[in-house]
Formats: sequence, C-alpha cells, structure tokens
Amino acid sequence: MAIEKTYAEINEKIRAGKAVVLTAEEVIALVEEKGVSEAARQVDVVTTGTFSPMCSSGVFLNFGHSKPRIRMQKVWLNGVPAYSGIAAVDAYLGATELPEDDPCNSNYPGEFRYGGGHVIQDLLEGKQIKMQAVSYGTDCYPRRELETYITLEDLNEATLFNPRNAYQNYNCAVNLSSKTIYTYMGMLKPNLGNAHYSSAGQLSPLLKDPNFMTIGIGTRIFLGGGVGYVAWNGTQHFPVIQQDANRNTYGPAGGTLAVIGDLKQMKPNWLVGTSMLGYGATLTVGIGIPIPVLNEEVMRYASVTDRELYAQVVDYSSAYGLREPGNFGYVSYAELKSGKITIAGKEVPSAPLSSYPKARQIAGILKDWLLQGDFYLSEPVQLLPSYKDEIVSKTLEIKGI
Amino acid sequence: MAPKKIILRFGKDISEKPIIVHLAKDYGLVFNIIRANVNPNKEGTLVLELSGEQYEQGLEFLKSQGVRVQPLAEEICRNELKCTSCGACTAICPTGALYLERPSMEVRFDSDNCVLCQICLKVCPVKAMAIAS
Repeated sequence: MAIEKTYAEINEKIRAGKAVVLTAEEVIALVEEKGVSEAARQVDVVTTGTFSPMCSSGVFLNFGHSKPRIRMQKVWLNGVPAYSGIAAVDAYLGATELPEDDPCNSNYPGEFRYGGGHVIQDLLEGKQIKMQAVSYGTDCYPRRELETYITLEDLNEATLFNPRNAYQNYNCAVNLSSKTIYTYMGMLKPNLGNAHYSSAGQLSPLLKDPNFMTIGIGTRIFLGGGVGYVAWNGTQHFPVIQQDANRNTYGPAGGTLAVIGDLKQMKPNWLVGTSMLGYGATLTVGIGIPIPVLNEEVMRYASVTDRELYAQVVDYSSAYGLREPGNFGYVSYAELKSGKITIAGKEVPSAPLSSYPKARQIAGILKDWLLQGDFYLSEPVQLLPSYKDEIVSKTLEIKGI
Repeated sequence: MAPKKIILRFGKDISEKPIIVHLAKDYGLVFNIIRANVNPNKEGTLVLELSGEQYEQGLEFLKSQGVRVQPLAEEICRNELKCTSCGACTAICPTGALYLERPSMEVRFDSDNCVLCQICLKVCPVKAMAIAS
C-alpha cells in the first residue's frame, strides 16, 4: 500500500515524542539497506543542512527614535553604510557592503577584512556598534546628525532577510588562464591548479527536495542558529535539471530561497562575517530545512547520494566573467569530495568553500529540535516553482540611447 | 635529532657568497629551505630547517662567516573556534599542511609540514589563521 502522511500526522508524532527523524546522511544508509518504501514507512522527517557564504543576505534594523528625532538619510554602522531610503529610523544592512574608506582592489588582491556581514556577526556577539547618521532636517524630524553606540539588544527589530540563499547547486570553479585569479569562489591557481566547489551535496536542502514537493512559502527552517522561515523563492530562482549536449541528465540545479527570521534569536557561530581575497566581504549562513516524508517519492529524492549529484565545471578566468557559454562537463560530488577530479585529462585538486562538517551539525541540531518537540513542521502556504515551470532567466542587455 | 627551524640573516657584504653549500659538504647537515628573500639593499633572509650530527659546528661556521643566526620563533597557528572547516585553504596550501580529513571533511592542520608561506592567512575567509611568536 502506498505510504501517505500529512503534516498534521507528523506534527502529532513530534508532539507525542514518537516521530522518527534522520539526517539526510543517515537516511542514505537506511535506504541502501531497506529500500525506499520501507524507509518511507519508518521515517517521518529528513533533516538537511548547509553552511556557506551567501552574499544576498542582510538585516532590516529599526533603531528607535532619538530626541530630537531624525529622519535618517544616511546611516553607517562601524563605518559600513546601511541603506536608509525607507522610513525614518529603518535601515537595511547588506552583507557585502564595505566601509567607504576600504581600499577594495586598489591594493590587489584586496583583503576585504570587514563588511556588512562582519557587522551582523558583531551584533550577534553583543558588541557595541558605532552608529552615525545624517539628514537634511525637516519640521517634524529636526535633527541633522547623530553619533552613538548601539547593541543588538537596543534595537526594536533586527530582521534577517536574505533575498537569495541556499542555492540548490553550484558551479565547480576552475582557472584556465596562466595567472592566479581571485574570485567569489576563492583563489584559483593558474592552468587548472585547483577546483573549488560550494555545496554540501547530499546534505544540501534543495538537492534533497529538488522538485519543491515540500519546501514553499512559510516553511519553518533552521536559520543562523535560530528559527526562520522561507519567505519566497530566492532571486534568480531558475530550477532546471542539468543536461549536457547529448541530453544526458545530471540532476537538479538553479533553485534558490528567500529566507527571513528574527536576528535576535540567532547565533554568531551560524552567521559568520566572511572575507574573500580579491573579491569582497560577505556572510556565511547556516540553513537547515526539514523534509517531511509525505510519500515514497519524497523519500526517494531525499536519499540521493553524492554519487548522483553533479556540479558543472566552469572556467572563471574567462567564460564566466564574459558570460560566454562553455563548460567542462559535470563532476559528481562524490568525486569532488575525494579531493581530486579529472578535467581535460588533467588531475586537479578539488576543495570546498562550503563546510560539510557544519552542514552535518546543522542537520543534527534540527533533528534534535524535532525529537525534543522544540520545532514543528509548517505546511507551506504555497509551494515554489520547480523545473516543470520552465522559468527562463533574463539577461541585461547594454543599450545605447 | 629532529630538524630545527632557524632564521639566517646575511649582510649585503656576504649575501652573494656561497655559504649554505658548506653546511652539507663540510658538516654533513641536511637542510630544507623554507623561505628565501634578498631585499633591494641586497640583505638576505633565509629560513631553514636543519638537522645533522654536526649541527652546532655548522652554526659556528655560519657565525664565523658573518651570518646572524636566530631560532625561528614564529609559527602559523589555527584558531579552532573560528575555523569553520570550510576547506577553502586546502587546495591552496602548497605543502598539504592544511588538509581535509576524510570522510569527516574536517580541516586539519599539521604544523610540521607548514613552511610559513602565510598564504592561508590571506585566503582564509574567516581569518582563522594567524602568526604566533
């Protein structure tokens, strides 16, 4: 008989302390031993995790009103500008924002030691943050400037809102040129000197629910060490099944999530300020998503292994930057994690930018929350588009007038 | 004896003389050059890993040639609380001192293999690597 479970039934088991929860790693062994049907019967929830630099991240802040009041026109936190083109004392601090006096790449490769992501981590560590604001002054908001210190506790709201996180899959980056390059995929040595990838593979949330059968708007998740929600699809959400020229398929890629949560209940070890040499500053974000085993199909996808998941190999010295087609085929995450891959007949050392041990830890924490009844599943208000919706990415064309 | 790491400093008067070759030839010492640099003033700095039975005699010879010899006090260390085991350093580290342990995929640091090139200080995304002296 086909297995069908509802969110309500699974939540009832969580409440009763009877839910069976396995991490995406653990469930692989169970499926290999007992098969998909039996695993789907036994297991109620599969937990996933990822811990990686995610540039499209940031936090909405409300500072409260000073006396006299100010309609903040420009705001800086530890010298890092925050966008304040919203209401009087609201601002959005983006993870990749840099201090205005940062030398950037004028001393190539720039170090980018401090940026918006680091301010977010400092807030979480309870540190005092120097705040400056200026304004033009109005009849109702007479103050024109202020300088003070704030902590996370002092703020009315600090809402993490990341417009694009948890990329379903990512390129494996290489450098075909004869000089070292510095990219958001790390330092790439010349002549295929190394290959960098950035996914937890078999633990990564959107690789375990590739067709968005359970993840949608309102899905409750682990976000930055606290609880968050899927707010929407992420920007550039273009889910596809990867295919080569001969129509061989290489698994899912392209999906993204927008996520939201209260920063005040998050932890600095799961939202970490990050510096990419020669590229910029960003934030490393920890995300974990529970996948309810509603049926066998959900279980089948949730138990795929690194051997069945593939990254596309892309040259970042030329093809990527020039937005030109051309890749070097696909490599499996099993190959990538072995530490060497073969590209164009050459053996190339491979290394991740995404922490697999942290991804495993996140899936484990989420599992504990579910087992202890501290975390319940939420049924999405609406599921997200999948590859079946055939969303096509648009490009930006440069036009003269 | 275990190899010792030392710093040798050469004044501009001796930086172009063949000196190190005598450590091997006359004193039977084994050396591994960790870092070598000659600055625009033609003063040389050499970081060596050195071992052999006539180690002390070799050092006396260096001093007699006007080379200043210092023990290597600095070393690279990893802040294990900061390190997230992302792995970004592991295909960059030239000697494999920083490597991924499999299958756990945890980053490990074997300081015996470290040659103090300091590239990890720059590429570590969370600045977990530092110089300790």
